Order: sequence, then structure tokens, then C-alpha cells
Amino acid sequence: MRIIILGVGNILLSDEGIGVRAVESLKREYRLPPEVEVIDGGTSAMEMLDDLACADHLIIVDAVRSGKHPGTMVRIAGDAVPVFFKTKLSPHQIGLSDVLATLVLTGEQPGGVTVIGVEPCSLATGMALTPQIEVLLPKVVAQLVEELRQHGMAAERLEEEVA
Amino acid sequence: MGTRITIDPITRIEGHLRIDCQVDNGKVSKSWASGQMWRGVEQILLGRDPRDAWAITQRICGVCTTVHAIASVRAVENALNLEVPLNAQYIRNLIITAHAIHDHIVHFYHLSALDWVDVTSALKGDPAKTAQLAESLSTWSGNSKQEFTKVKERLTGFVGTGQLGIFTNGYWGHPAMKLSPEVNLLAVTHYLQALDVQRKANKIVAVLGSKTPHIQNMAVGGVANPIALDSQSVLTVERLLAIKTWIDELADFVKNVYLVDVAAIGAFYADWTQIGAGITDYLSVPDIPLDTKGTQFALPGGYIPGGDLSKFHAIKSFSDPYFRDGVEESVKHAWYKGGKGALHPYKGETVPEYTDFQDNGKYSWVKSPTFYSKPAQVGPLARVLAMVAANYEPAVKYVTQTLDTVSAIAKTKVPVAALHSTIGRHAARAVSCAVQVDVLGSQWQMLVDNIAKGDVKTFNKPVFPKGEISGVGFHEAPRGVLSHWVVIKDGKIANYQAVVPTTWNAAPRNESDAIGPYEASLLNTPVADPERPLEVLRTVHSFDPCLACAVHVLDDEQREIVKVKVL
Repeated sequence: MRIIILGVGNILLSDEGIGVRAVESLKREYRLPPEVEVIDGGTSAMEMLDDLACADHLIIVDAVRSGKHPGTMVRIAGDAVPVFFKTKLSPHQIGLSDVLATLVLTGEQPGGVTVIGVEPCSLATGMALTPQIEVLLPKVVAQLVEELRQHGMAAERLEEEVA
Repeated sequence: MGTRITIDPITRIEGHLRIDCQVDNGKVSKSWASGQMWRGVEQILLGRDPRDAWAITQRICGVCTTVHAIASVRAVENALNLEVPLNAQYIRNLIITAHAIHDHIVHFYHLSALDWVDVTSALKGDPAKTAQLAESLSTWSGNSKQEFTKVKERLTGFVGTGQLGIFTNGYWGHPAMKLSPEVNLLAVTHYLQALDVQRKANKIVAVLGSKTPHIQNMAVGGVANPIALDSQSVLTVERLLAIKTWIDELADFVKNVYLVDVAAIGAFYADWTQIGAGITDYLSVPDIPLDTKGTQFALPGGYIPGGDLSKFHAIKSFSDPYFRDGVEESVKHAWYKGGKGALHPYKGETVPEYTDFQDNGKYSWVKSPTFYSKPAQVGPLARVLAMVAANYEPAVKYVTQTLDTVSAIAKTKVPVAALHSTIGRHAARAVSCAVQVDVLGSQWQMLVDNIAKGDVKTFNKPVFPKGEISGVGFHEAPRGVLSHWVVIKDGKIANYQAVVPTTWNAAPRNESDAIGPYEASLLNTPVADPERPLEVLRTVHSFDPCLACAVHVLDDEQREIVKVKVL
């Protein structure tokens, strides 16, 4: 069993980096079972082919444009995933969809794909999330933990460090 | 009146590039290259610690992560006049060379070959005849009749599902597709094999860089790889030997497959040696430093005016004023506030000023760089021509070998001048890759030998002085000259500019209204069907465009909204 949580996005464009920030938080706050691999994919594509090959399930977390309110969190799964990639909801899909299509060609595609998306407030140049999206981080991380639970993977919350 | 065609976006990978062409009598008469995103990453760096800049700049682009990391540390080291330990140079050289090989293989097979290779035609290829052809060209072990039969069956099954997946957007059956079913089957088979091989190059980057896609081991003053041959957690003999195995596998593929395929495909498209030259003023920089100061390099680089190799002017060191003083950028035709003429990168400004797309005014988010006031073509072709001009033996050998193969298949003598073309850029990229795979082997040996001498040093600590200093860091990246320019005041970044390869090649008109390399290369390109302008794509793709770092994300594309579930 191998589950991959892939955070994608450009951390130089404020809320565009929500996917990367979410997997950073997840890794910082939880102890994950060895079957779970967390990848900070940034905006890369073919470099990830090897890392993404032969996963039982792939969970992608990303900024998406679903036409909903900024700060809305969406979950895309099952039949909606191919549509998601076809309609370029995320700016990274050009790269990521090519990688996934290539994995189909090599017979190494993930058993399933779930996308956790967050509608951004701002894509302005800057390394910090906007406050509206920053407060959403715990909810996104909790959703990732829930996704793992549905696949039978228990993430254990680490003790908060005393400052 | 002719036809105006607009292709947007044109890249298969990162970034948004728009190309406009005026087509008269079946040929391109005027063209415009436009970056459709805004860049402004430099602004993030202002006021920050120069030691952190590399980690931030490698986030500019998902394709070229390592190259921005390397150019950034070199810029800061240049400003500090800081030497880099030999081990660190070798480790960096291995990373950038492995990355370049990865990039070149992926570009040829996975991003551009489908401009020339018809996947649907490969289904009609006869595996026995394909094997006969392949074995006449190369000794590669993956060229058997069984292998071609296997691929044909797999491909038939894949296409039979009705989901072409990765092959969806090809111009299948286009009149400009000229390869026989057997050559197409050969190329598609190697496309699949290349998918596997490119992973080895990436593994080298991952092991030495601690991680991919974003390496972790870079540092101003060296690298963060501790070397201790008896420890498990650092660079060990075991890891070094694994790297050597991957290098050997890459060398086999690059020399016996990639180089041969480019020659074979090139021979069948010999007419494309007459198309797409464009600007023949070529700029490259030396790379693969062999000393701590950056004054000796394994690979030469420099400037070639007008395609005349006898006029080659070498760039000799990381501090060579010939390069440092020659670069300027104009925003006269780019969506930034201007009026000050072309500016040197130390003085560069990046203040957006958007207008509409104006044919004779501003029309791109890409600035227009010049070398001594003239546009220059950068990339593997510039690199290989510089190596040939400098009489660098391995490059001369691979160029000769490639042209001999092309000549034999095309049954006509193909000269070095044929490289100034669309197909020539692909040939040069393959030659560059062959040279680099040899460099990878020699750098590995140098690292091992140096460690064997007892030298385990990988880092010199940087110390920042009070007052203002400035530096440039250049790197001959896969797509050509990359330079980062930094001004540091009291230990903090006061200005930062990245002049990236695609900026050189995708440049809009400059201060004197001269057109850029993409634009020039498209003039007179034949276009059989304006609805399916494959020929235009061939030439633009031959440069390996990557707009993410040339400009920046500002995506106003109208998107279809899909129904999604709110949580």
C-alpha cells in the first residue's frame, strides 16, 4: 500500500502556494505511517514521474479556480477528476496532467486520485498566504488527515512544542 | 491580404507563450512572440538575506529548479569574490549536468518529437523492417524485433481505448508529417524507453541534491553535502557507485539512441535544415568550473557574430567583463514602465504597465535582452557552435558523427552550416547531450579522485561586508545562458534581476525595434494549413520554450467552470 499526498503550487505567488503550505503543515504536525509519502511538488512535472509511479492512491492538494468564493475548499474525486484536469482549474495542470497521462501510458498510474482544492484570494507576488487563506490551513490539513483515514491510514498528531 | 494566425498557448510545458504570424502566399511574413504572464519574482528578494535567494529563485519554475539555484549562489559568490571548494564544484557540476541531460531527453522525446513523429502512423509499422532499420543505425539493445512488436501491441491497445491521453493534441496525418511507419514506430518505441531512462538522470540529481524537484544541498560558498565515506547518512561509496551505474546507462542511451534518432529524423526532414535559422548571433557562457575561482572550465562558451565561427570571442571567467558589461534589457515593447532606454541588469526595473497587444507598441511580458545592443540566440545550438569554434574535441567528434549519419541516410553531403536551422537546433541539443554525458563521467571521476586524496571540504563560509557590492552569476542552462544579477547593501539584497534563456530567445522587439530570435526564425516558414500551423510550432518548439521563468503567472484565460463539491 502506498498513498501519496502531493502539494502543488508556486509559493512565490501567495495563495497559489496553498498546496505546498498544506503539506508542510501536515508533515510538521503529524506523524504519518510509512505507507504515506508526502511530496512538495512545487510546479514541477516530469521530474516527478518516478515519485508518482505505482501509487495506490494519489491525493493532490492545490489552489483551484472553481468559480466559488475565495477560501472555499472543494473535494474532487472519481469521475470529476478527469474533467478537473481537462478544464484547467489549476495553473499546474499542464505539467501535472501530462505526468498522470504518461503514467497511464507506462501502466503505472495511481489506483485513484482525489483533489483537495482551495479557491485563492490572491495570486500576487509574495511568499506569504493571505490571512483569509492562512486561517484555512488547519481545515485543509484536517481534510488530508481524514482522506488518509478513509484509506485506513492513521495520522498521529504530534505534541505541540512549547515555545 | 494574408492571414493572421495566433497560437496561444504554444508551450507543452510550463508557461504561456503566444505567437502571432502574418502569413502571405503560404509563408510567414511577420511575427510576434509574446509572453502572456507577468514576472515579478525579483521583487520578493528585495531586502532578504542573499544566502536565501537560491532557495527562493528555484521556485520560479517547475522545470528549471536547479538552474536558478546554481545561478543565484554564483551571483552572490561573485559579489563576495568567494572561492568554492573543489568538491562543491564537482558536486554542483554533476547536478547541473544530470539535470541538463534529463531536460534534453525529455524535450526531444516527450515535448517536441511529436511535431515530427506521427503516432498513428507507427501503428502501421512492420516490426521486422523497423528492427532491420534500427540495427543498421545502432547497436542499442532495445532495438529488437520483439521490442518493436511489443510496443506496437501496447500502442494499438492504448489507441484502441479511444483515450489518446498524452497523445491527444498531436497533428496526426498532417501533410508535413513525412516519416515512414517504420521510422515512426522506431521513434515511438524510443519515446517509451526514454521515459524510463530520464528517471536515471533525475535520480542523480535527487541523490546529490538530497531531494527533487527542489534540491536542498546548495549553499553560498559551496554545498551542504558532508562527505564521509564510512557514514551512512552522507555521500558514501555506495551512493557514488550507484551514480556511476546511472551515468553509464545514460551514456548508452544518449550515444546509441538519442544522437542516432536525431540524425535519422533529421535526414528525413532535410528540407528543415533550410528553415528557421533566424538570428545567427549566438551567445553562450563557459560552464563546469574546474577550479575554486571559476577561471577554468570543462566546456567553453562565448559570442559568435553572424554565425561566423572564426569570429568566436570566448568568455573566460565568472568575472569576465566582456559578459558582465555586454548585457542590457529593453522594455520598449514589453509591458513595463520604460523611457530610460535599455538598462543594465544591475540597474534593471520591473514595474508593470499593461496595454493591449499592440503590433507596433507593447505586446509582451518578456523583456528584450541584448548583447552589446544586439539580440542573440541562446541555447544548445549556441553552445555547440561555441564548442566547435573553440575546437573542443568531443563536440567536434559528435557533430561530425551526426552529420555523417545524416548525410549517409539523406544520400547528400550535409554541412555544419545546416545546423543554423530548426532541425539543427534539435541536432545541436543531442550533440550537447552527448558531450554532457561524457562530462558527467569525468566530473564523477574527478570527485572520486579528489575525495581519495583526503579532501572532504565542501563549503567556505560567506562573510558580507558593510556597504554595497554587486555580482553576476551565469550558468549555461539547458535552454542557454542564464544570468542572475545581484546588488547587495549591508548584507541585504538591494536589487535582483534574472535574465533567463527564454527571455533571450522569446524577446519582443528591442530598443531599436529589431525583432527577437523566435520572431526572426519564423520569417519565411512555409505554412501549409493556417488552421493547423504545425510548421510554426516546429520552429518555436525547437528552442524548447519555457516561459514560466521568463515571465510570471497572471492567468486571465477564460476557463470552463466544472461542478465541484464544496466541503
